[in-house]
Amino acid sequence: MSARAERPAPGWCAREVEEELPGLRLLCAEVTVNRRGSLAGASPPDVERRLKELSNRFRGATAVAVRREPVPSAYRVFYRHIGLDPEVVRTPLEAAVFARMMKGGFLSRGLLEDVLLVGLLDTGVPVWALDAASVQGPLGIRATEEGERLGRGAGGPSLPVGRLVVADSSAPLAVLFGELAREHAPRARSERLALFAVQVAGVPELFAEEALWTCRAALEAA
Amino acid sequence: MASLEQFTVDRAVAPGDALDERAARRSLRAQVARLERELSHVVATGFPHVPASAARVADHGAGGPRLLGLAQLERERDALAGRLQDVRRLVHARVEHERRAHELLERMKLEPGRYRFVRLPVRDLGEGGCGVWEVRPRLGLIGMLAGWWQLTLSSGCPLPKGSR
Repeated sequence: MSARAERPAPGWCAREVEEELPGLRLLCAEVTVNRRGSLAGASPPDVERRLKELSNRFRGATAVAVRREPVPSAYRVFYRHIGLDPEVVRTPLEAAVFARMMKGGFLSRGLLEDVLLVGLLDTGVPVWALDAASVQGPLGIRATEEGERLGRGAGGPSLPVGRLVVADSSAPLAVLFGELAREHAPRARSERLALFAVQVAGVPELFAEEALWTCRAALEAA
Repeated sequence: MASLEQFTVDRAVAPGDALDERAARRSLRAQVARLERELSHVVATGFPHVPASAARVADHGAGGPRLLGLAQLERERDALAGRLQDVRRLVHARVEHERRAHELLERMKLEPGRYRFVRLPVRDLGEGGCGVWEVRPRLGLIGMLAGWWQLTLSSGCPLPKGSR
């Protein structure tokens, strides 16, 4: 079955989160990395070329104007709904566009980061990656409980009660729109990755699927 | 195309009269959404004269993602409404500034002699670039002594090889 034919799997969502934040969805896809070399190493020419094209598309004035577009606007609204100020903690797309403005282009930061960036810039939907070997069960979104830490290990930072996280069946693996647990982040030679995209109200499902497909296609290409 | 079904996991049971509060939170989130869109629109259209940071709600919003309660949503709504008012005031002040600049330019065109050496950057008129309208004497010192004044528009940009 081709990568295009396999649709992403929906994640789960805790009831209280779903009731409070309708439209919030997690879409997941497991990917086999067929690219040679390290995930942190230099990107192949096709990925670098794509980054250059995207650098031309997103110029200075877009950094501010992008907030009015439907998908970026939906993420800004969602940020407000979960207690984040998008001017203080930028949405993933705006953070990338501002970085482009400051650095003069989308700079390559390694294969995996570049692929995730391309998926984000193409659709406005952010995608993250976890090491699939360290994920237990399906991914979903919930609020943390007392005493939880980020990641399954004892050394992860403790999380306050009620923090929204992306979790598997046993532990929070990532703060929603935030940091990943270090021990669950992809390694340089990880062979399988668990990608997830966060879709919010106002973002068409097609965009989220396309973001995941873009990343998957880029990583599974030989 | 069939929609993907999302699985819901029960983690708590809401008490009965939490329904009213839930409706109130839903309404507040709708208000917050509308205010955020309006604020983004005003900032985007007012840029660069309205800085993007004008949309920042002070002392707010870096505490981590969480479900907001009724009181928190109300504070969010009120802070956004206040910020939107502030930004609209900035935009209004800018519009006034440009209007006064246009009026000044018209007066400079009509009576350049009354505005000797007055400079008006094109940015003040809402235009891009670094040009400057300036009233200068015709023919240098002779014009100054004879009262011959003219309105000029310079490009504002330095020559690549420095001034002549």
